[in-house]
Amino acid sequence: MAFLEFKNVKIAGFSAAVPQEKVLPKSRSADYSDADYRKSVGVEETRIDEKFTTSDLCFLAAEKLIADLEWDKSDIDAIIFVSQYPDYILPATSPILQDRLGLSQECYAADISLGCSGWVYGLSLVAGLLSSGGLKKALLMVGDARRAQNENPNDPLFGYAGAVTAVEYKKGERGFCFHHGSDGSGYEAIIVYDGGARNPFTRESLDVKVCDDGVMRNRLQGFMNGMDVFAFAITTAPKSIKKLAEKHHINLDDIDYLVLHQANKQINNKIAKKLNFEPERVAESLTYFGNTSSASIPLSIVAGLKGKIENQPTKFICCGFGVGLSWGTVYFETNDIVISDLVEVE
Amino acid sequence: MEKFIQLFADLFDETDSSLFTAKTKFKELDEWSSLTALSTIAMVDEEYDVTFKGDDIRNASTIEDLYNTVKSKV
Repeated sequence: MAFLEFKNVKIAGFSAAVPQEKVLPKSRSADYSDADYRKSVGVEETRIDEKFTTSDLCFLAAEKLIADLEWDKSDIDAIIFVSQYPDYILPATSPILQDRLGLSQECYAADISLGCSGWVYGLSLVAGLLSSGGLKKALLMVGDARRAQNENPNDPLFGYAGAVTAVEYKKGERGFCFHHGSDGSGYEAIIVYDGGARNPFTRESLDVKVCDDGVMRNRLQGFMNGMDVFAFAITTAPKSIKKLAEKHHINLDDIDYLVLHQANKQINNKIAKKLNFEPERVAESLTYFGNTSSASIPLSIVAGLKGKIENQPTKFICCGFGVGLSWGTVYFETNDIVISDLVEVE
Repeated sequence: MEKFIQLFADLFDETDSSLFTAKTKFKELDEWSSLTALSTIAMVDEEYDVTFKGDDIRNASTIEDLYNTVKSKV
């Protein structure tokens, strides 16, 4: 059982950056209208601007949060960058961000290749790095600025975002409780087939074909088996949350906010309903930012909870689930945190 | 079976309930779409605690086929 607990560590703040450019999702199918599509997936608009990479957005969000926290850059001991859209195949993006942010060369920097579950995985890694007190301050930088996922430019379920979570060592803090899981048998449920070592890029990678779901794509664009992912999400996420709650005797009625990966409205409503969370106790960013992959949980906190929770004890359950297949749930409490204004970049 | 047909029919807003029988080829209904497919997966999870794969829906033709798949997984 992949349960983890790290004490003496707390979240200091959250920030997120998105492009200013708004895109209105349009239906990809003749079966339903644009309005029906938006209503059903729950995405009214997203932010997409191909000028930016994930690391650009994370860099801007990090600068904002460091300034708002009044952290001295030389005190930042570690950065973890979680993305499936890094700047290069190699090198890793985190050392580039270390340099771009002007952090010390005595900085632990590593990339993690995970998507929708990535914030929770990244948080457990950061919490583990800090909890013994060897490293004191860390930035968890997450997001996916995905290039077009198919040949229809009006099909943006996915939005661009980069989010930063500042985490610090503090003796006596209760810290974080995690549950993690993986099921690689579902690796094809969400996949970009070509461009890696298994199927290297060739000219044929660019051939546009009709996929099983009727959508035109080349092999560098992401394919998703929507029905399998839906079934996975509505069953696995609630189970993971219940397991964590049971393990640590957490009463879900006492949780102030449930923050789920923002997959689509039907999935999120289903999970919240199964766990008896009323809409007031659920933070969301899907409506105006779409599915932002690993950034979706911290973006929901920035976009949905700023001004509401900073100075009062707040109990969270957050759950990320998706591509891998991979999932993770975390329980933590915040108090005296900074939530930066959303950074919107031109 | 009757209960399953009723639950399935409830997923549709605009289709006349008389059109739903065990032999109904549900993919031929005007209102059937990838979105009703997701609702079907959710209904089966909620009512029967059964997890459908996409293929379970792809390989089914009639409502009875769906019901038999549910039964085989309960």
